[in-house]
Amino acid sequence: MPGSKEIRTKIKSVKNTQKITRAMEKVAMSKMRKAQDRMAQARPYAEKIRRTLGHIAQANAEYVHPFMVERPAKRVGLIIVTSDRGLAGGLNVNTFRVALKALREYKEKNVEVELALIGNKAVSYFKRLGGNVTATQTHLGDRPHLDQLLGVIKVMTDAYREGRIDRLMLVSSTFVNTMTQRPQLRQLLPVEPVKDEKLLAHWDYIYEPSPAGLLDFVLQRYIESQVYQAVIENAACEQSARMVAMKSATDNAGKIITNLQLVYNKARQAAITKEISEIVGGAAAV
Amino acid sequence: MASIHVDIVSAEGQIHTGEAQMVFAPAEMGEVGIAPRHTPLLTKLVPGAVRVQQADGSELSFFVGGGILEVQPHLVTVLADSALRAKDADEAAALKAKQDAEEKLAGAKGDIDLAKAQAELIEAAARLQFVQKLKNASHR
Repeated sequence: MPGSKEIRTKIKSVKNTQKITRAMEKVAMSKMRKAQDRMAQARPYAEKIRRTLGHIAQANAEYVHPFMVERPAKRVGLIIVTSDRGLAGGLNVNTFRVALKALREYKEKNVEVELALIGNKAVSYFKRLGGNVTATQTHLGDRPHLDQLLGVIKVMTDAYREGRIDRLMLVSSTFVNTMTQRPQLRQLLPVEPVKDEKLLAHWDYIYEPSPAGLLDFVLQRYIESQVYQAVIENAACEQSARMVAMKSATDNAGKIITNLQLVYNKARQAAITKEISEIVGGAAAV
Repeated sequence: MASIHVDIVSAEGQIHTGEAQMVFAPAEMGEVGIAPRHTPLLTKLVPGAVRVQQADGSELSFFVGGGILEVQPHLVTVLADSALRAKDADEAAALKAKQDAEEKLAGAKGDIDLAKAQAELIEAAARLQFVQKLKNASHR
């Protein structure tokens, strides 16, 4: 019975792999729910600070913050958000595709790019590819905390303040639904506020203490909330992408096992038939 | 009776939303009280209690570890910080992110502990004060 042992070993190994992928799918499923909850919890803050910023943009202020002034883009800062771990389908690859497209466009326009990387995958990717990386943050875990992101954000906002970059962009996956995650390139600086509310015709805030310091504070918080939102959204994307990827891996393993089993049965049947015909042939000879 | 809408949110979730007669908040220049139709105001908050007087006269208290207060005539928004913040700690974190980048891409640790500990101390003191006040109020 040639090759039947090999086939049996193969079936066993595929079964083991299937066990692992199934376990990963279950783990990702439970993590995904929590990640989605966190994403929903962070939304009110992002909404409220956007509203406040909309109000600020409508105020007839005597002071205009540099974060709200458009200037020609000679150098651009790019924050790239990825996951720390792999085995999440095309999630990070799709993010890199969007990032690389942006990088290529900037290169054609002779715009220099400074990179800030969040997540292990981005760091190892740009380590191979090269690039002007100024800040990184990895190992955020399943529950990313704002604390962990402040360093990276500060590096980029300081660069903007000092005029080393004229625009700050963000690439990350946005969560459409469990099956779909879409990588997106967004502008963080200069800030483009949404003026969706109608307020009084002519007014300004009472600023305590000074408009300059306060607006700086508010805008810094706004950028932080945007990046934080992107990171936790990316975490939710990671888990759901992994769940889908592992589900299809488990299904594929099942298909391979069925095929191998079929081959094994045929080989066994062929061996038995051969043996019988040999015995019959032998008996006829006697 | 006139009322004002209050939203208290932090980066990790919504804390309170509703109508109020009066809102008190620990602003950087001293505690402020906000009644309906207050003039627009924008200020920083320090760690302390935000108190909301509701329409039925009852009072709600929330601890904030700093943040932003925005007032519109019909609306009060408290954007509370969830993370402990100190200026030096931010600087140190920025430095660390830069160092990380250099280390990882080529192949030292910043001294952020002191600044962080100070911020924690200020926050803890304010939190303690808040709890004590609550205790006293419930004894009376």
